[in-house]
Amino acid sequence: MNFIDQHILTVVVFLPLAGALAVAFAPVTSDETIKRLGLAAVTVPFLLSLYLFFAFDSTKAGYQFVQHVPWIATLNISYFVGIDGISLLLVLLTTFLMPLALLGTWNSVDRRLREYTAVMLLLEAGMLGVFVSLDLFLFYVYWEAMLIPMYFIIGIWGGQERVYAAVKFFLYTLFGSLLMLVAILSLAYFASTQPGGQFTTNLLDLSLLADRIPPNLQLWMFAAFALSFAIKVPLFPLHTWLPDAHVQAPTAGSVILAGVLLKMGTYGFIRFCFPLFPDAAVRAAPILAVLSVVGIVYGALVAMVQTDMKKLVAYSSVSHLGFVVLGIFSMTEEGMQGAVIQMVNHGLSTGALFLLVGMIYDRTHTRMIADYGGAAKFIPVYATILMVVSLSSMGLPGLNGFVGEFLVLVGAFKSGILDSYAYAAVAGLGVIFSAVYLLWMYQRVMLGPGREGGMYGGHTLTDLAPREIAALVPIIVFIVWIGVYPSTFLSKSAPAVRNAVEQMENARRGIHVRYAQVSPVSSSSIAKAPQAMPKGRR
Amino acid sequence: MIALTPYIVIIPLAGFLLLGLGGWRIKSERTLGLIGSGTVGLSFLLAAGAFVQLLGEQPGSRKHIFELFSWISTGTGGSSLSIPVSYQVDQLSILMTLIVTGVGFLIHVYSVGYMHGDPGFARFFAYLNLFIFAMLNLVLADNFLLMFLGWEGVGLCSYLLIGFWYEKTFTGDAAKKAFVVNRVGDFGFILGMLLIFKTFGSLNFTTVFNGAGVLSVGNPTIFWVTLLLFVGATGKSAQIPLYVWLPDAMAGPTPVSALIHAATMVTAGVYMVARCSILYALAPATLEIVAIVGAATALFAATIGLVQNDIKKVLAYSTISQLGYMFLAMGVAAFSAGIFHLMTHAFFKALLFLGSGAVIHAMHDEQDIRAMGGLKHELPTTYKTFLIGAVAIAGIPPFAGFFSKDAILLNAFSSEHGSAVLWVAGVVGAVMTAFYMFRLVSLTFEGEKRFDPHAVHPHEAPKSMTVPLIVLAILSVVGGFVGVPHYDLVEEWLSPVFAPARLKLMGVEAGSGTTEWLLMAVSVAAAVGGVIAARRIYLDRIDLATNAVQRFKRLYTVLLNKYYVDEAYDAAIVRPILNISEGLLWRGFDVRVVDGAVNGTAKLVEGISARLRKIQTGVAQSYALVFVGGIFLIVSWYLLR
Repeated sequence: MNFIDQHILTVVVFLPLAGALAVAFAPVTSDETIKRLGLAAVTVPFLLSLYLFFAFDSTKAGYQFVQHVPWIATLNISYFVGIDGISLLLVLLTTFLMPLALLGTWNSVDRRLREYTAVMLLLEAGMLGVFVSLDLFLFYVYWEAMLIPMYFIIGIWGGQERVYAAVKFFLYTLFGSLLMLVAILSLAYFASTQPGGQFTTNLLDLSLLADRIPPNLQLWMFAAFALSFAIKVPLFPLHTWLPDAHVQAPTAGSVILAGVLLKMGTYGFIRFCFPLFPDAAVRAAPILAVLSVVGIVYGALVAMVQTDMKKLVAYSSVSHLGFVVLGIFSMTEEGMQGAVIQMVNHGLSTGALFLLVGMIYDRTHTRMIADYGGAAKFIPVYATILMVVSLSSMGLPGLNGFVGEFLVLVGAFKSGILDSYAYAAVAGLGVIFSAVYLLWMYQRVMLGPGREGGMYGGHTLTDLAPREIAALVPIIVFIVWIGVYPSTFLSKSAPAVRNAVEQMENARRGIHVRYAQVSPVSSSSIAKAPQAMPKGRR
Repeated sequence: MIALTPYIVIIPLAGFLLLGLGGWRIKSERTLGLIGSGTVGLSFLLAAGAFVQLLGEQPGSRKHIFELFSWISTGTGGSSLSIPVSYQVDQLSILMTLIVTGVGFLIHVYSVGYMHGDPGFARFFAYLNLFIFAMLNLVLADNFLLMFLGWEGVGLCSYLLIGFWYEKTFTGDAAKKAFVVNRVGDFGFILGMLLIFKTFGSLNFTTVFNGAGVLSVGNPTIFWVTLLLFVGATGKSAQIPLYVWLPDAMAGPTPVSALIHAATMVTAGVYMVARCSILYALAPATLEIVAIVGAATALFAATIGLVQNDIKKVLAYSTISQLGYMFLAMGVAAFSAGIFHLMTHAFFKALLFLGSGAVIHAMHDEQDIRAMGGLKHELPTTYKTFLIGAVAIAGIPPFAGFFSKDAILLNAFSSEHGSAVLWVAGVVGAVMTAFYMFRLVSLTFEGEKRFDPHAVHPHEAPKSMTVPLIVLAILSVVGGFVGVPHYDLVEEWLSPVFAPARLKLMGVEAGSGTTEWLLMAVSVAAAVGGVIAARRIYLDRIDLATNAVQRFKRLYTVLLNKYYVDEAYDAAIVRPILNISEGLLWRGFDVRVVDGAVNGTAKLVEGISARLRKIQTGVAQSYALVFVGGIFLIVSWYLLR
């Protein structure tokens, strides 16, 4: 591995951090310059992640671009980063959405712009860190670190009820993560109690322990991780922080919150819960699948009766993320591939929906559906883009949402672990309801007789500016691309997914085979232990 | 020519992209119309070329598959999902393609005149081209998922076109209703696909149908597969219980009603059942359901059609009814008779709708036939062609509708899956069809003028509109001759497609010669009787109609209000869902229970801390008191236990 490949992930993660510092202390006063600096600071990571995408070897299941440096040597904690096809797509999604979120809300923030830009950059660094960490301690640091900027974004730049929303968001997530910390520590300690083992937070080393953890302990640790992730997703009934946070957050905050932050929960299930606690995951699969199916229907039904556009989109996220979790816990190739691509899809379509709601809000200062009607006449370009994005969100074949939903349904239907048609059948109801709430909103906002002179909320409605179109068109391109030719992306995650599915399948059958996912650069202490498990296949 | 099949599909897509992305820059309606119609015309020519080439091939080898690229695929090994974008040309799909592009082309040409001066001219043709693209995917797909892409795609175009004049309030309602009701059906389609994939490990037609070939009749899984697919068909093809969207869909421009809601899209369900004939042949129970639903819909919709006063509504219920006949055919395993009726219906119903469009145009957007009358003098071409359409749908020989409807009725009676009851339902429906059509003709074109001739000056439509009418009229006259009993070219052409199903169904031979003639005579008599009755009542004895309305006021109101089905659905399904979602789920569970618990916990912690704070008084004596008290309690517990 060459020098670039060894350090590129670190560069991608730390560039926004450097950008944040630059923005915070740059001797410039003009708002415009600060915005441009911010945009540049998020565009470069995107370009670098394009390199990741093309340099990534999609024939390999293991981690690539790995960097492994000892960090806290006494506790055997290391700076260990790397990506597989799943995290690759999420890194790309993050770096892709950031510039668009900033570009799409160019004039939306009118106070403390410098701090705002810096905090957004910090947030990006935290999110990227979560997706590339292969050490539990490192992961936890990023996981918590990213909470703080989001807290400020909602609490400072949010709407009327921002403080309540910010505190609720913070406490909800903190509650989950503290339990996760306990689980991480007990897991690391458990490693040290093993013959020849030592205290470690290395994900790969710890996953080799999976079958040594007593079933009940495994279940408890799994529960702690899962609770933390379920809150983040959010999984029904832990979702009530989401509508508040979304509605109160400024537009770019909502875009990133929905587009990226929620994926950390679903990503966490795949990355940590599966390899660390495969048996517990298999045992808990039906429970999580039931919750996600309930969430699919529940989120859609509640979205249907919302009067605030942003809240409607927020509840639709609960429904869509239900599909992702269902796909993951179907533990089939179709389901998990669907889940991975659905994470990307949801980031694109819901990100775009939040941008669009924000754009119209910037003009009229109202998000209430009842304040609109017949707007399409005055803003045809906006109306067209909103239609395409809505169709993507409701899973119209030919656009991205369908690929994910269909694969998830196939996975849930054929899953041997769930072993019931009911999951797919109930989840399929989401297909009907998503059409209802999106088209109904569209009708009430866009169709019908237009208001006189295009006046809405006391302001004249104007169509999208070139800069706003520039922020939306790239999303539309990928909405169509993934809908027509998803193989570009599915092929990247396929080997990693296949690996995970095989592992879960073995856990179900009670077979424990060692998978050497990558050769970790440093010594893998446990694997070297005299009583080490059978040598890995592959 | 067959090798060019993918272009049949791609050309309308190119037209859509051109018109959709660049249309707003093109100001000339001529250019826009030329692009819009030209693409479909070109597709038709390619399809015709492919058809001619197929004619020259052996019947058994008339099947060609063109794989373009892999669409969705995961995994490896036997049961993995692998869905290509791939088209299949065979006898059935080429016939459908010819209907879609041929009738579609005529309607595009007609639209150039009909939509003249509309500010959304470019948008209209963009949507129409997108529709043709989606519809061609539906009929040419060689796997269920691609068919589903077309299936949902035509639904989208239907939505966009019903709501085309979006500034009117009711178009938005109608469009949304159409999409949502269709989605209910699609839910069934999706589940059907999942079950197919689980059963056969593939969604490819050839693989699935070959796999089905070895199964035995009555297989329970296949029962569910076919039933679920049929749920999809009831949505798209407007059958009981999901027909409710189609009458409302008339809010769209009339060419849309002709193309999408009469000739092509609504027949998708019939096509799908025909395509899956082998599966349905394995599920006699589903066939029976299909036949009953079809016959019931045919009758039910016809009764509503008897009393409607909106020219397009009459035609809409007529369409639902005729689709019912097609499903009746499918249900009695007379697949080719159903497809035959699909074809003739495309001709005469498109003709009738386009004719009604010419009338509405001439009457300055008036659609109520009570405010028309005597239009045959002002609109001679429209009148003549409309009359031909009416005769054709009524089933008068030798017009197109006669042969196809007769084939269905014959099979409804004598097929292994048929019965006298089904046949009677079909014949009664036929009487009503003839009656409501000639009520429509009489009230619209004949008799007295019931509008103010000073305010309205009806005028014949321009050439771009009348020429398609004439072409469709000719097809409505001669279109039936390809299916003359005992010389049935349609059946012969399609027989290889339905051969596997026929094998499973065993001997299904039409009854003896005498029965056949007898049945035919009855159905002709029914049609003629309906026509004569309608003409007599609505031209000479209108008092009979008004008396009947007076005498059966209750029944009349029920029919006029379409049996209150919309209201019932609203009260039984829509309202409860909204109320539960809002009251119970959102404001109840989310806000009260979960947030109540979250906020309550916060309050509790806050309250406890506030109390605990008071304990820390900082007064050493009180600490000492508690300390002593504690010791006392512990000691006494040890002593006394």
